Amino acid sequence: MSEEKTYTVSIYTENNIGLLNRISAIFQRRHINIESLNTSISEIEGVSRFTLVLSLTEERIKKIIGQLEKQVEVIKAFYHTDEQTIFLESCLFKIKSSLLFEEPQIQNIIKESSTRIVTVNKEFFVLEKSGRRSEIELLYRELSAFGIMQFVRSGRIAVTKDEMKISAMLAEFRE
Amino acid sequence: MKLQPNENQVKERITGKEAIIKCLLAEGVDTLYGYPGGAIMPVYDELYKYKNQLNHILTRHEQGATHAAQGYARVSGRVGVAIATSGPGATNLITGIADAQIDSTPLVCITGQVASHLLGSDAFQETDIIGISTPVTKWNYQITHASEIPEVMAKAFYIAKSGRPGPVLIDITKDAQFEEFDFSYNKCTGIRSYKPIPVVNKEKLAEAAELINNAKKPMIVWGQGVILGKAEEEFKAVVEKTGIPAAWTILGVSAIPTDHPLNVGMVGMHGNYAPNMLTNECDVFIAIGMRFDDRVTGDLNTYVKQAKVIHFEIDPSEVNKNVNADVAVLGNSKETLAAILPLLKENKHESWHQQFKDFYKTEFDRIITHDIHPTKEGLTMGEVIEGINQETKGDAVIVSDVGQHQMVTCRYAKFNKTQSNITSGGLGTMGFALPAAIGAKMGAPEREVIAIIGDGGYQMTIQELGTIFQTKVPVKIVVLNNDFLGMVRQWQQLFFDKRYASTEMVNPDFVAIARGYSIESQQVTKRENLAGAIKTMIACEGPYFLEVKVEKEDNVFPMVPSGASVSDIRLE
Repeated sequence: MSEEKTYTVSIYTENNIGLLNRISAIFQRRHINIESLNTSISEIEGVSRFTLVLSLTEERIKKIIGQLEKQVEVIKAFYHTDEQTIFLESCLFKIKSSLLFEEPQIQNIIKESSTRIVTVNKEFFVLEKSGRRSEIELLYRELSAFGIMQFVRSGRIAVTKDEMKISAMLAEFRE
Repeated sequence: MKLQPNENQVKERITGKEAIIKCLLAEGVDTLYGYPGGAIMPVYDELYKYKNQLNHILTRHEQGATHAAQGYARVSGRVGVAIATSGPGATNLITGIADAQIDSTPLVCITGQVASHLLGSDAFQETDIIGISTPVTKWNYQITHASEIPEVMAKAFYIAKSGRPGPVLIDITKDAQFEEFDFSYNKCTGIRSYKPIPVVNKEKLAEAAELINNAKKPMIVWGQGVILGKAEEEFKAVVEKTGIPAAWTILGVSAIPTDHPLNVGMVGMHGNYAPNMLTNECDVFIAIGMRFDDRVTGDLNTYVKQAKVIHFEIDPSEVNKNVNADVAVLGNSKETLAAILPLLKENKHESWHQQFKDFYKTEFDRIITHDIHPTKEGLTMGEVIEGINQETKGDAVIVSDVGQHQMVTCRYAKFNKTQSNITSGGLGTMGFALPAAIGAKMGAPEREVIAIIGDGGYQMTIQELGTIFQTKVPVKIVVLNNDFLGMVRQWQQLFFDKRYASTEMVNPDFVAIARGYSIESQQVTKRENLAGAIKTMIACEGPYFLEVKVEKEDNVFPMVPSGASVSDIRLE
């Protein structure tokens, strides 16, 4: 119970202004660092989905789920371990185009890491990579030797192996 | 969201400002507390037109408006309404809103906001009240179009009063107040993302009943959940059938009468000796509608470790938050207590009760008798409360502020009826009592309402004497004056080697101030004048102010020192 672990928290919510503030306040009050945060639409029309990554004990995460679900506009919150989810992050690298010709090694890195070239022009080219954090970090280390003009990484997105029992809940309300 | 169907609905074209009034009337609001200003002026203009239907009370500060609305809500079980302008008007509401949030009081607060085209421009009296109030509201919303008003107002009232109640803030831009739209109103009956009352689990009820029926030394601690759930009758039936000693938190008191034979007193930092000591000796601990505040539990590592814990609770996030429950019975207390009653066996627990009586005797001999029948010269707070008991017989609504006098009031005030103890429990807001008493008297005009306040807290919202003067609301005000911030001074004495940093108060002539507001008043400095003064106060038909000069450096005992175990409670 007392060991800290990485958990993916998925929060299904109404799509309202201010809810992000309400949710982040729950973490800020308790000095809990949000390692990553992603918001998007969900599989249900009109329902938003927040995906957060947190390192906490299970005891603590259960209390946080309680606080999240207490919010009027939160429909349901779930927490899962890495083993229970399929997850990845995405990243973009902007690199000087001349390097592509001057440093043939870059082409090998792109091939071996199955990184996609999004665009190329005279000044720069953009690489996109989706995968585990460790893969992105490896790529970052390899490319930084040549110079990266810009780098950005997304928050984690994840789907769970088990069903999210939320559609049934919403159907119940409509009855 | 689900709206109550309204078949013969006729839409009428009105302005947002009028729609707000119509929503309040549709929700049965008769009284609201507030303070006008630029951004809310259109709504005030409508209040002027509707003054025969809506009684607006002009408090002297917006904080007073929220506390008055709280007092109104707490005695009546209805939603309290406060209204203010943007900027400072809105931020002044925050203390009362935070107080209502932590004490689960249903409030709807309405604030004006600058016109929507000015939002984010640092306009005059613009403040991000939605951002500011988010952590202390159950829900909040900013209206920028008049057409949103009916649905948002319906949701506001529904959210404030349903499930575990709490404060809601609705911010309305000035342009939305002027905008015309086709108005119709439906009450809200459900929101898909919000489940206010958990479904009762029959297995959990059976498990709880089994534990209770087999217990040798069971103990109940109840909180405000019994009152908020309107479950007083069901609760009394459970207590009486099982014969279990029942103790209360300061927000729970008055759910059953003080002199009920199974009522064993108050738990927590300045609670009674017996229930604190025996918390760590019982074998089954039954928490009902309470949330294990740290002022109740003391050190959690040594709190009720020997017992099985049953937690009756409406808010799932409270279960296992501070104390792990062996059995959690989720649901509205009225429903869960009624459902468990037939499963419970009759019992008396006589020898177990004897332990409570023995501890009570120790506390009575060492503390209580000296508090309420003192032999020393100086007046004690306890004897003032006892004097009030003699006069009211326990029928009054007692509104206390925060500090020593509050603990003494909760310990010694006698209550016959529910919803009678109005105090700031969770937030500990000094300045609460005077405005809350105004609201309480308006929420229960047929009842005697007595505010008991320290000299420190009194001066935090003393301007509300102006509200009393203007409305002539007949509240009785008792200031227990020790010329100190007494509770802080007590801690300085006990834990900071008597270094009285900024706790001694040089006070004004309180009687003269009351006289300035034409409030009948007197000061008592001697014991022989106390009973007569209380009698005069109660007999007075209008508002009355009574100042009692009490011993300067009395301490409140028993006391569980901060961070200590409840069974390490000190008697001196």
